[in-house]
Formats: sequence, C-alpha cells, structure tokens
Amino acid sequence: MSAKPKSVQLPLPGFDSALSTWQRDYASQVGEEPVLHNRSGIEIKPLYTPDDWPASRYMEDLGFPGVAPMTRGIYSSMHRGRTWTQRQLIGYGTPQDYNRRLRKLMDAGVTAVSLIPCNSVYRGYDADEVDIELLGTCGAVVNNVDDMQVCLDEIPIDRVSTAMNDPLPFTLLAFVLGVAKRRGIAWTAITGTSNQSDYISHFVANHMFLRLGLPGNRRVLVDEVDFCQQHVPNWNPVSIVGQHMQQAGATPAQAMAFALCTAIQFAEDCLERGMQANEFLPRFTFFFDISLSFFEEIAKFRAGRRIWARIVRERFKADAGRACRFKFHSQTSGADLTRQQPLNNIARVAVQAMAGIFGGTQSLHTDAYDEVLTTPTEEPSRIAINTQNILREEAHLTDVIDPLGGSYYVETLTSQMEAEIEAVVGQIDALGGMYRAVESGAVQRMIGESALAFQERIENGAQKIVGVNAYQVDESAHVSPASQRPAPGTMENYLQSLQAYKSSRSNKQVQAALSELQRACNTVDKNVFEHIVDAAIAGLTHGEICACLRRELEFGQPLVIV
Amino acid sequence: MHANGDGIPAKVLVTKIGLDGHDRGSRVVAAYLRDAGMEVIYTGPWQQIPAVVALTQEEDVDVVGISSLATDHLIVPKLMRALRDAGLAHVRVVVGGIVPDDEVSMLHENGVSKVFHPGSSREEIVAAVQQLAEQARCERPEI
Repeated sequence: MSAKPKSVQLPLPGFDSALSTWQRDYASQVGEEPVLHNRSGIEIKPLYTPDDWPASRYMEDLGFPGVAPMTRGIYSSMHRGRTWTQRQLIGYGTPQDYNRRLRKLMDAGVTAVSLIPCNSVYRGYDADEVDIELLGTCGAVVNNVDDMQVCLDEIPIDRVSTAMNDPLPFTLLAFVLGVAKRRGIAWTAITGTSNQSDYISHFVANHMFLRLGLPGNRRVLVDEVDFCQQHVPNWNPVSIVGQHMQQAGATPAQAMAFALCTAIQFAEDCLERGMQANEFLPRFTFFFDISLSFFEEIAKFRAGRRIWARIVRERFKADAGRACRFKFHSQTSGADLTRQQPLNNIARVAVQAMAGIFGGTQSLHTDAYDEVLTTPTEEPSRIAINTQNILREEAHLTDVIDPLGGSYYVETLTSQMEAEIEAVVGQIDALGGMYRAVESGAVQRMIGESALAFQERIENGAQKIVGVNAYQVDESAHVSPASQRPAPGTMENYLQSLQAYKSSRSNKQVQAALSELQRACNTVDKNVFEHIVDAAIAGLTHGEICACLRRELEFGQPLVIV
Repeated sequence: MHANGDGIPAKVLVTKIGLDGHDRGSRVVAAYLRDAGMEVIYTGPWQQIPAVVALTQEEDVDVVGISSLATDHLIVPKLMRALRDAGLAHVRVVVGGIVPDDEVSMLHENGVSKVFHPGSSREEIVAAVQQLAEQARCERPEI
C-alpha cells in the first residue's frame, strides 16, 4: 500500500467553544427574533446538536426497525421491502360510475380499492329518503348488495384489499361479504379495512354522519370486531381516525393523542367483552392527517409509533409482536390547500406526502389539487397518484429506512412531540377516558380552541399562506374546473332501479331478517353485526338497516358547543 | 359596537343544511361574528330547511349564513324559495365554503347575496355581513 500524502492536521476546536462562537455569530446576524413555535406549540430552535440529542440514546430512543421502541418503523424492511399502498379515496355518482373510475385508477397505479359513499349513505339513508340534488355528488350511491356487486365488478376482491369508508353499523362491509358469497369467495380471503369505523371521531368532528347514539355505537363496534375475528380474520375491523380531529382543528400532537386515547378506549371495550388483546390488537389500524408542517408531522408519526408500542405492552400486557405495530393510513391535509392559485396545491401535496413517507406510513392518499374547488375531477386525481409515483420511482424516497433518524432536530422533536402527546393522553385519562371526555364535550372544546388559534395566526400574518395572505395575484380572470355533477336523469334512473330492487325481493325473507335484527338489538348477548350481515344478504337496504338500528339503539346527535 | 341604525346588533343565523357535517368553518365564522358584536345563533349541521325558516322567523334574523363544504349548496335554492314563501324575502342569505365557480351564479340568481370562498378574511366577512344585516333591517316589513 502506498502511503497517503501527508496533510497538515489543524486541531479541531472543542464543542463548547465552537458552540458559543456560533451562538454569538448567529445572534449578531439575526438580532432579536420572535420565538418560533410549531402547530403543537413546541418551541423550535435555529439549530440542534448532540446537546439536544446525543447518539448515546440510540438504543433507548430508536433501536431497529420492526422492534420496540418502533420509532424507525413497524416492519424490519419498511418501504425498502414493500412500499406503501396507494389508496386513492374515490366515490362519485352511481355504482356504474364508481366502477368505471376505479378501474381507470387501477390502470394508473392505484393498488387497492377504496370507496367513498354518497353523503346520504353516510347519514344512514337510502337514496329515496333525501334531496335528489345531493345524490352522488360527493360519493357513490350504494344502497344494497346489488349496488356493491356493480361497484366491484371485475375487481378481484380475493386479491386486492378493499377499504370502505363505512362507519357504523358497517353495512358496506356486509354488502361486500354478500358479494363474496355470491361469487363463491371465502370470507377468509377478504382483506381490507373498515375506514371510518371510529364513531368517537365522528362524534367529535361531526364528519358527515352520526347514525347511532354513543352507547349503540359502542356496542356494535365491539360486535363487528368480534364477528370479523371469527369470520373475516384478515379484515381490519377498526380504523382509529386522528385525521378528523386534525381537520377539525386539533394540533398534530392533540390529534395523535386523541387517536391513541380512542384506541385505548376501544381496546378496553373489547377486553370487557372477553376478547384477547394479542388477538384483536394486531387488527387495529389508524388513519391520520398530514399537514404541511413537515418535520412536525414526521415527528408526530415517529412519536405515535413509540407510544402505541408502549401502551400495548404496558397497559394491555400484549406481547405478540404484531400487536405493537402502529399501522396507519395517512392522507394529505385538505385544510392546507388553497382555492387561490390552485395549481400551487400540487406542491403542497408533494411536501405533505413526503412527510407521510418519511413518517413511515403504510398507506397513502394524496389529495387532488382541485379538492378545494370541487369534488376531485379526473386529471387532478391522476396528478395526485403520479405525485406518489414520482416520489417513489424518481426521487428514491424509499431507498433508505427512516432516513431522518438520527437527525438531532428530528430526534429532539420526536421526543418533544412524544411528551406533548403523553400530556394530552394524561388529561384524557384524568377525565375518565376518551368516551367520557367526548360525552362531556371536553375534547370538542380543546379542538375548537386550537382551530381558532390557528386561524388567528393566519389572520395576523404569523402563518403565511401563499396566495391567501402573501404573494397574492389578481385572480378575477381565473375560473376553476367545471364541477362534475351526475348527468341529468342519472339519479332519477338510479331511484327507479332502487325501487325495482325493493319490489323484487321476497317480502317474507325481508321481514324475517328485519325482525331478527330487531331482536338482536334487544338481546344483550346477541351480536348485532352478525345480523346486519344476514339482513344485507337477505336483501335489506342500507337505509332499512340503519332505520331499524336508529329505532332500537337510538339515533345520535352531536353536541353543539360554540 | 356594530349596531344597526336602531341600536340593535345584527342578528345572524349560522347553520348547515343538507347531509354534510364538516363544521370547522361555520364555528370559526360564528365566533368571528360574535366577537364583532353581532348576535349569533349557531345550530350545528344537518338542519332541515323548514326548521331553518322557522328559526329565522321566530328569532327575527337579519342574515342567514349557510356553510357548505360538500355540495349542500345545491339545495340552497330550495331554502331561498322557502324563505320567500314564508314572507322573509328581506332576510339576506350568504353561503360560505366550497362552491365551484360555475355554480356561484346559480346561487346569485336564486337570491343569495354573497358567496365566501376559502381564504376569505375575517374583516371581509364581518363587513359584508354587517352591511347585509343593515339592508335587511331597512327592508323588513313592520309587524
């Protein structure tokens, strides 16, 4: 080996003296500056060093992917092994319209099914019970097994996962099971998630619907978890939704804390039913918002993973490795998008998506840039998927697992977010758990205050938003894309087909299923969801099932707090 | 304080009709108007049109604010008709939220006074509602 050329070694300055030199230089350049806080209220410094996070904490804080403390990801191979699922939420028009759109998106790279039903479905009604002007404008009209069969036409539901935006009492899952039965597909082959199964988040954030009162929801959710464990074991019956909380105004730390508290509540309810934590916890999934506060969101996900793994071990004494995995779907935040200069939203969504990817998401939805203008149209939806494709294929974001791990800033922020989240969890515990805290309106008040505080930052200019309070342009000439509405006559035709469906059924069979369902509601040890599945297969419609449950288990109304 | 000519603060009903429940915007706007000295009635989402009309009448409301994030603006024309039929043509109606450009004129043609899009400032909303309330007071038939 040849000798290296000799270089002159200058002595390195000591850490402490270098730090104080930098502090002096920084202060002289910047002068007086306001204290910076992130959305969760954590103070952000201009520089982070080993003083904030020494690498000696590596094993304690990070460890390795796939094992506790889970900071770096829930699987040992993470995105290097398998990238996130590209799950674009879609739903529009009739079941035929939905199926056409779904197949097109799958051709474009979407790897899983998702279905947003019409708001009439969300609210618990059939299409013939609401204003016809609203039908199919925000989601697909799906009222019975026949409709679901059309929605899933040509989709191999034994091979791709099907996530349904399907709040309690889970009629869409019942319809999917009905379709599987017709096609001869075993229920054990059905994979996917009951999105929107978190009634607590709906109660708090008033999103779209509220079909049953809190006690009824509480019961039927446990029924569904129990039923799926026995009959649809590869289905995730629970998705805990921090996303609603954050969209409604909760800070990222609060949203994470409320989701964790909700998961604790659901787990305690399942335990009370006599179920085993090691069996049901691996099927709990989460769903979060990704705001534009890039590092804060990454820290939120890393901290959430760490706390959940600890909760599972310490509170629920579950030791199965899978139970500790904090599986989550994430969606870029619509609340951060602007109507002004809407193409700018493409850049915002890309940054949000990156935060989700660096945060270790299992599944991702990127918003279309026109979401703030109308129900997303075709080209913007394609750009949204391609944003994910570009980040994966061209930007190589998946080459390295948890690439920001070990950053002095990210590790410090992760620990600070963790402490902030834990503090909110402590507050909710003190209020008697999430169910009680929501029943009393405490959570709603906290969210309302945060929403107002954030809006105040925009109003006073502390938070700049391009096109809104900074860098505005004259937009009088700008016209947003034409809104997409069901073609005239479409919904009239749908209503006729619904009528035909109803009159073609065996009255006797329908009545029998209905009285079975009614009886189940009024018998404490009956599984209501099992009877919902039977009722759907017997031909009952969504609206009929919901009406029965509203009668027997009471209709829910939100608290109104101003 | 923002009071009308007769010294009584503007009375505003902030509500949501139709099927959607996204209520962050309506809560924030209700707080803005309240803080500006107006008397605000806030109902929460999913109100039936006849209930909104009845409340408007009973409470002698000057301005009705409809928040629509998920196409509920498509039934605002029904609300406008119902208000007129109840003899409340003087009441001003404003809509805030997500209203596609090509549907704004449809709302104006049906008598909606103003449509607020995302990004509207507190100042803009408060000033417009105040002015509309004064107009409504001037046109209000004597009982």
